[in-house]
Amino acid sequence: MRRALPFPVLWALLVGMWLLLVETLDPAHVVLGALVAGVAVRLLAPLLEPARVRRPLAFLELSALVLADVVRSNVAVARIVLRGGGSTRTTGFVDIPLALRSPVALAALACIVTSTPGTAWAGYDARRGVLTLHVFDLVDEAGWIRTIKGRYERLLMEVFE
Amino acid sequence: MSHAAALPPLVGALVALLVLAGAALAMIGSWGLLRLDGFYNRIHPPTMGTTMGVALVLAASAVLFTALESRPVVHEAAIAVFMIVTTPVTFMLLVRGALRRDRALAGNRDGTPAPRLPDDAGAASAPADGR
Repeated sequence: MRRALPFPVLWALLVGMWLLLVETLDPAHVVLGALVAGVAVRLLAPLLEPARVRRPLAFLELSALVLADVVRSNVAVARIVLRGGGSTRTTGFVDIPLALRSPVALAALACIVTSTPGTAWAGYDARRGVLTLHVFDLVDEAGWIRTIKGRYERLLMEVFE
Repeated sequence: MSHAAALPPLVGALVALLVLAGAALAMIGSWGLLRLDGFYNRIHPPTMGTTMGVALVLAASAVLFTALESRPVVHEAAIAVFMIVTTPVTFMLLVRGALRRDRALAGNRDGTPAPRLPDDAGAASAPADGR
């Protein structure tokens, strides 16, 4: 069973996406989508890490938090750009020691950091577990470490580890 | 689009507002890219266009076609998901490329002072975080 269809959730998501894109529930498309998704999952399986959303509620809390932060930082960065950059603003790199180790959780953190204007993923040292971010409006370094660890890392660990 | 005249005015206004807000964010982002100094500053503003800018335009599209076709049209959500999961890939490639360049040149070509760069331990483990 495991060999026949690894990652059944991913397979179901791919079939769902196929049907969403062709916008029909025609049985022929359901079969075709199931076959295409089956081949895709078999080909992807060696590259994938098994992951499970352990706490759906924590996942929802994280999503809401990220959505609010994306809106907030969009407004903040737009304000800085419209104000003309401002020479008083400091930018720089911040090293953040992470306890998070799961590759899936780290990938999720990368999506969050990239989707939030004002923070950019500059590197991750897997040996020391240190994430380096570039921050557009670096007011205080300790505050950023608290933000990433307290807001995102805690929830990501609850969801994935 | 031939039925655009059949669109209720309130829905039309909502769609217009969403499209304009999204376009404004993308424009402010491009303006920031144009006028800021240095690579690491300039990567930040365009993210507005790829996050909330895209989200607003997609929301406008979903509202418009839901109203026009009198059924929920939500495949815009797939575009949003693809944007979220693919942007970090190119983004990290660009940043890591710039870091490598700046470590080699010890400073930016455009005359801005050398930023404090993360140490080389990150570069050594680059293949590991590229998974």
